[in-house]
Amino acid sequence: MAKNLKKSRDSVLSKVSTGFPGFDGITGGGVPKGRCTLIAGSAGTGKTLFAMQFIAHAARDLGEPGVYMSFEESAEELTLNVASIGYDIAALVGKGTMLVDHVYVERKEIVEAGEYDLDGLFIRLAAAIDQIKAKRVVLDTLEVLFSAFPSESILRAELRRLFRWLKDRGVTTLITAEKGNGTITRYGIEEYVSDCVISLDHRVSQEISTRRLRVIKYRGSSHETNEFPFLINRHGFSVMPITTVGLDHGASEERLSTGIPRLDTMLSGKGYYRGSSLLISGTAGTGKSSLAAWIAAAACRAGERCLYFAFEESEKQIIRNMRSIGNDLAPLVEKDALRIHATRSSTHGLEQHLVGIIDLIESFRPTLVVLDPISNFIASGTTSEVKGMLTRLIDMLKVRNITGLFTSLTFGGSSLEETETTISSLMDTWILVRTYEHDGERNRGLMVLKSRGMAHSNQVREFVLGDQGIELVDVYLGTEGVLMGSARIARESTLARSQRDQAQAERRRLDLIAQKRLDTEAQIRSLQQSLEADQDELRLAQEALDAQSHADAESRQRMASNRSADPAGKPAKAPSPRRRP
Amino acid sequence: MTPKTTTPTSSARTKAPKSAKWEMRLYVAGRTPKCMRAIANLTQICEDHLPGIYHIEVVDLLVNPRLGKGDQILAIPTLVRQLPAPMRKIIGDLSNTEAVLVGLDLRPRL
Repeated sequence: MAKNLKKSRDSVLSKVSTGFPGFDGITGGGVPKGRCTLIAGSAGTGKTLFAMQFIAHAARDLGEPGVYMSFEESAEELTLNVASIGYDIAALVGKGTMLVDHVYVERKEIVEAGEYDLDGLFIRLAAAIDQIKAKRVVLDTLEVLFSAFPSESILRAELRRLFRWLKDRGVTTLITAEKGNGTITRYGIEEYVSDCVISLDHRVSQEISTRRLRVIKYRGSSHETNEFPFLINRHGFSVMPITTVGLDHGASEERLSTGIPRLDTMLSGKGYYRGSSLLISGTAGTGKSSLAAWIAAAACRAGERCLYFAFEESEKQIIRNMRSIGNDLAPLVEKDALRIHATRSSTHGLEQHLVGIIDLIESFRPTLVVLDPISNFIASGTTSEVKGMLTRLIDMLKVRNITGLFTSLTFGGSSLEETETTISSLMDTWILVRTYEHDGERNRGLMVLKSRGMAHSNQVREFVLGDQGIELVDVYLGTEGVLMGSARIARESTLARSQRDQAQAERRRLDLIAQKRLDTEAQIRSLQQSLEADQDELRLAQEALDAQSHADAESRQRMASNRSADPAGKPAKAPSPRRRP
Repeated sequence: MTPKTTTPTSSARTKAPKSAKWEMRLYVAGRTPKCMRAIANLTQICEDHLPGIYHIEVVDLLVNPRLGKGDQILAIPTLVRQLPAPMRKIIGDLSNTEAVLVGLDLRPRL
């Protein structure tokens, strides 16, 4: 039973690829297999191209033969039209994987006289299908029949029979129809095609036209119901919905240097991550472009390939301007490591820009993409459209592990951090460059507002653009506030001077102490000398005294023996001799 | 059904120029009642109005589908007047004789 269920589910949801990845994404695989799909839209919305690519893609890339039955354009015209989007119809027809049949009908030739049916069309279509064993059929557009055949009731019955017949044959059919006034199609063909209805639209808003696609109905399948912008370019029809990309890209651990050592230091010492998105925002004249070009050039010199989209300046102007700050881009451009693509952002709609950018990315295969600036896109669409476009671009870059560097102009008057809130959430690293006005000067300050995945600096640095390049200098944050420019230089010299003075004073103090010490030592030496002299004198005096007392004792002895009055050896009462000290 | 040629039989009552040769080709798809009616109706009309100067070729697209391409045949049955020029196309089972005569320029258009 489970098997049966699975089988029935498969048969319900079986889809065939249209060859437009975006469209297959919206519908979860393409158009319903073996059924009819209606493409409705007003003139010039790209119905024929959609249908042609549907057949040509299958014939060329999938090896699935297809019949293109055209009621309007001849085979030659179609071949010519599709050649512009890169399909060689003649070759596909030659290989027998494609058959273009031009059915020419003109009303005035036909007179109605009695009952009829459209067996002729059936037979012709059947013959074409059998001839190349076609799996796909396009009928572009059956509405011509409404003007060719007078009896609408017969025609409607025959159309109903035709769609049933196509379904029974199991071919996947695409039919085109003109959009009606307030209805999906002018002749109500949607009534017969109940499986899948796609609407194409072409609207002009603010003088820029955008093509849009919407899946109105898709029986038996879930589908995106939004309107999706699409584009017709040299690769044909392309739809790029946000939903087809998703958030499952990898995250590189590799870090790249910004080329400014101190900025690398601010980004936790190693620079930015490969494949991340960087935003440099600031008011006019803060040096966003210079910083972006500097980072790009540094990356190129380190062996990266960089694609630089300039929306304000020409290539030559950028090269000249960068040379003035010592950053010569010309050799990098010559080496083809750097490619500058300069266009005005207002020349195309957002979608065309996006596809153009992706086109160039596909062909140049860069590892770093610079968009300078993205704020200009606001002129080509609303904020939500710009955000949608950037989301898709950034997702696309991330999937390919390409680093994205964007600059954004903050308009004066608005809060520096407010304007970019719409896009800041898309950015991994956000560097803010702003000017500080002080003492009649404007000076540039740089700070890292956020940087996902690293411990970035919280400091404001002065951002100096000189002849030798970009330098980040410490600013003074003290009681006097933030000091930059001349004030910083003045403060620096003041500080240097006071340091010099202090050092001198210190040296003088040390000299003084040393001198004093020398003096004391001299004093000690002279005192020592006088002490020694005193001791000598004392010793001499003692010796003299001893000699005197000895002589005195001898003379007394001699006097006693001379008198002979007292026993010998016993002197008369006399003061006892002085002891020697 | 194989393409067949109906040989004209002699019959009067016509205003058509006898000098001209009328080349008619009738496209059918099998022997459906509609197709059979168309063949019968055409033969009758030719007999009545173009006796002896017409030639009818019946082309069955089921037998030879490619033959329908040249005359851009979508509706079945379709009668194509190849001669006299200019070419005329009439679709249907030709049951509306008045419409057929107008279509073949045998009656003035209203």
